[in-house]
Amino acid sequence: MAGINQKHIRNFCIVAHIDHGKSTLADRIIEKTGLLTSREMQEQVLDNMELERERGITIKSQAVRTVYKASDGEEYIFNLIDTPGHVDFNYEVSRALAACDGAILVVDAAQGVEAQTLANVYLALDHDLEVFPVINKIDLPSAEPDRVKDEIEDIIGIEAQDAPMISAKNGLNIEDVLEAIVKKIPSPSGDPDGKLRCLIFDSLYDPYKGVIVFMRIMDGRIRKGTKVRMMATGAVVEVVEVGYFGAGQFIACDELSAGMVGYFTASIKNVRDTRVGDTVTDDANPCDEPLPGYKKVNPFVYCGMYPADGSKYGDLRDALEKLQLNDAALQYEPETSVALGFGFRCGFLGLLHLDIIQERLEREYDLDLVTTAPGVIYKVHKTNGEVIDITNPSNMPDPSEIDYMEEPFVSAEIMTTTEYVGTIMKLCQERRGIYNGMEYIEETRAMLKYDLPLNEIIYDFFDALKSRSRGYASFDYEFKEYVRSKLVKLDILINKEEVDALSFIVFEGSAAERGRKMCEKLKNEIPRQQFEIPIQAAIGGRIISRETVKALRKDVLAKCYGGDISRKKKLLEKQKEGKKRMRQFGNVEIPQSAFMSVLKLDSED
Amino acid sequence: MEDREIYIHIPFCVKKCDYCDFLSFTSDDATKRTYVDALKREIRADFDRSVKICSVFIGGGTPSILDGDMIKEILDTVREGFELTPDCEITIECNPGTLDQNKAKIYKACGINRISLGLQACDVLVLKSIGRIHTFADFLKSYELVRELGFDNINVDLMSALPGQDLDAYLAGLKKVISLEPEHISAYSLILEDGTKMGDHIENYKKLPDEEEERQMYHKTIELMREYGYDRYEISNYCKPGYECRHNIGYWTMREYYGFGLGASGFIGGKRSKNTDSMEAYLKGELKKWEQETGEDLMEEFVFLGLRMCKGISLSKFKAFFGQDCDKIYKDVIDKHIAGGLLEKKGDRLALTEKGMDLSNLVMSDFIITV
Repeated sequence: MAGINQKHIRNFCIVAHIDHGKSTLADRIIEKTGLLTSREMQEQVLDNMELERERGITIKSQAVRTVYKASDGEEYIFNLIDTPGHVDFNYEVSRALAACDGAILVVDAAQGVEAQTLANVYLALDHDLEVFPVINKIDLPSAEPDRVKDEIEDIIGIEAQDAPMISAKNGLNIEDVLEAIVKKIPSPSGDPDGKLRCLIFDSLYDPYKGVIVFMRIMDGRIRKGTKVRMMATGAVVEVVEVGYFGAGQFIACDELSAGMVGYFTASIKNVRDTRVGDTVTDDANPCDEPLPGYKKVNPFVYCGMYPADGSKYGDLRDALEKLQLNDAALQYEPETSVALGFGFRCGFLGLLHLDIIQERLEREYDLDLVTTAPGVIYKVHKTNGEVIDITNPSNMPDPSEIDYMEEPFVSAEIMTTTEYVGTIMKLCQERRGIYNGMEYIEETRAMLKYDLPLNEIIYDFFDALKSRSRGYASFDYEFKEYVRSKLVKLDILINKEEVDALSFIVFEGSAAERGRKMCEKLKNEIPRQQFEIPIQAAIGGRIISRETVKALRKDVLAKCYGGDISRKKKLLEKQKEGKKRMRQFGNVEIPQSAFMSVLKLDSED
Repeated sequence: MEDREIYIHIPFCVKKCDYCDFLSFTSDDATKRTYVDALKREIRADFDRSVKICSVFIGGGTPSILDGDMIKEILDTVREGFELTPDCEITIECNPGTLDQNKAKIYKACGINRISLGLQACDVLVLKSIGRIHTFADFLKSYELVRELGFDNINVDLMSALPGQDLDAYLAGLKKVISLEPEHISAYSLILEDGTKMGDHIENYKKLPDEEEERQMYHKTIELMREYGYDRYEISNYCKPGYECRHNIGYWTMREYYGFGLGASGFIGGKRSKNTDSMEAYLKGELKKWEQETGEDLMEEFVFLGLRMCKGISLSKFKAFFGQDCDKIYKDVIDKHIAGGLLEKKGDRLALTEKGMDLSNLVMSDFIITV
């Protein structure tokens, strides 16, 4: 890489509303710039996590370096940094942006400017990036590129008349985008001979190389043997390898200098040493000031995560640590539950984030998890004037100490076809939504606006929305404010003992119904045992609902056939196997599925 | 060397019963003949005159479907190769409707001293609905026939909780059987097994008794038997004093046994044997497969088989077998179930309580340590 003129580098990202075609455009750019031949192209090469491929969304930002021979006859290095589109992953976008000098804004020619288009553009402008728009999906019958161009200029206020008009899917006019990258995105500034300053924008753990640090070099040079210091953590390490990103692979090189995007390794075993947003400098010749880091992101949704097999606690901790390495928004701290043993209270940006972390833990780390009902952060104003945040229902103070409580509300936009407006409004009302108006986007499509309590949408709102609209609804939300609310802690007692992992905080008016459903569901989940088991829902000490699991009266193999022991034994082994998936709680065995099943209590059941 | 037992499987029947998931099927005479020859070959391969046999059990299927002479051939073969103890218990399972005087006489002549009759139920409609081929009258004929020939150790198999059966009819039937004074009664609750006609399509049958009624049948059986002088010595087995089935007790106390015939299992020298379930392969002479049990396997089996008996397991025998204390290895499990009222310790013996008998699988599965 030595000798590459800084003027010939373009560091950029692509921002878009979900589904507007960002990943597809990234694929086309990589393809057209010839880093890979068409034959080597896999669909969506940037999305290399199995999970992303399946869900068709981009979870983690990834970087790739390609070479483009422009119409001016010069070769340009493109560093493309992919970003996620979903609202839950806003912070990832922010991280990626800090490493770039410009951004391509992809707008769907049919749908036009959407909520996330705006949010992402503002993020990009916040980072002083040069943004140019691209109109995608112009081959769609419903495409209205001219209207969309006007919309971009009117709503966002950036020049759009000469925006490339493309179809990323069909590879149409991709050349225009490549030329625009060269012409519109500035080359990186920064002094290659200055003091080393690099921004860590991501990292990854590799079992052989240790932590792989993704960075953008702002000033100076970094090469093998450089002793570098992480300015926030203070860790000092000697660089073992530097390089840049091929598609899905790391390509080592001699040196990286100001303006470049790449990685380094330094046999770093402790993932905590490399914090995303930290500044890397030369230990021998440090810079004066660290780069401004990223905005710290705060989780909205919390739940307890426990290993199904208690002995896997250490594995879960290691896995969370590794995931957090490149997912700074994931937070966790150890907690103990009487029912579930040792685990972690984990914080997430939203439900999708929670879902994805859970799946990654299960797939990539082969962990079997029990999660408790997700909750939000409640603010408890105590009678002594103190205000505390509650993320775990078990920490809720005694009602006598509570003056009042607040819960977070979000403003939500639900896009749907007009025929489902009625059912969706009903759903939002059931979830304590406050109607904020409706706009007709087209004759058959409308956008409903509601303020909703976050805790009403984190259980099964997506599922309910999907099933009631037959899939014809999309949903987006952002945090609005904390609102004073009547909330109570609902406890579940099994065999007269409170099961901490089943407690949750709920709106007072919904408590009776929720309690009743929980008891019903648990009754069906808990197998009959040698004695009768009462299942009760209680608020404070008051029982509001009760079901009974009847005592098991018969569990016997009447006939033990001749000398064939194996059949009988297999049966007992199976039974023992089943018991292992149970949590012993006092005298009662509770299957792990019971903790999960109560998460889904759709109101139409 | 300790005495061993022999189990011989006859997989044929006139018609498969709807609830039956044993290895049995209908067959033609030629196959039966070839099968008996193959069986004799198999027994010969294990000949060992140094082994004493204290029990032979011919089970099925319906062994009484074979010609009486074939049974004789089989027992002659056994006698040729093994030494039978003077008091050797020799049982054959018979179904009413397949037994006649000629067969019974041959059984008597070749040393069979215990007859097990599969009655299952007394009500003719119930019998018919579960696919049995006989009536109570047929049973009575068979019963009287073997009694008259001097058989003084007879078992009757009965089932409860059958479709369409109610408590009163069941108890009336049980009393009818008791009045005949058989030495031994096996009383099982129906178990629906996958892969059987009844288990897969219970909706085609009359209503099963509900749990309450089923439990009443079960508990009234225990009471009634006690009242008429039958000891309950195992979960489903009752007998007049001194008439416990030696063969089954052998299984429950880890006595060694040969398993001959299609699909049969054996247990010799810490290894379990299993014959093929395929008639074709068996007739071609496929050899039984042997599997070595681990110490843990044997411990588990010692406990869960032994606990089937009302007197339970002997702790000193466990120690003699394994060189370790049962109380120590299974301390948590034993403590838990004693506290829960499902197990009890009486001197050297550890046994299920009456409630424990009802929930025996719950207790026994906790003794599985290899899972």
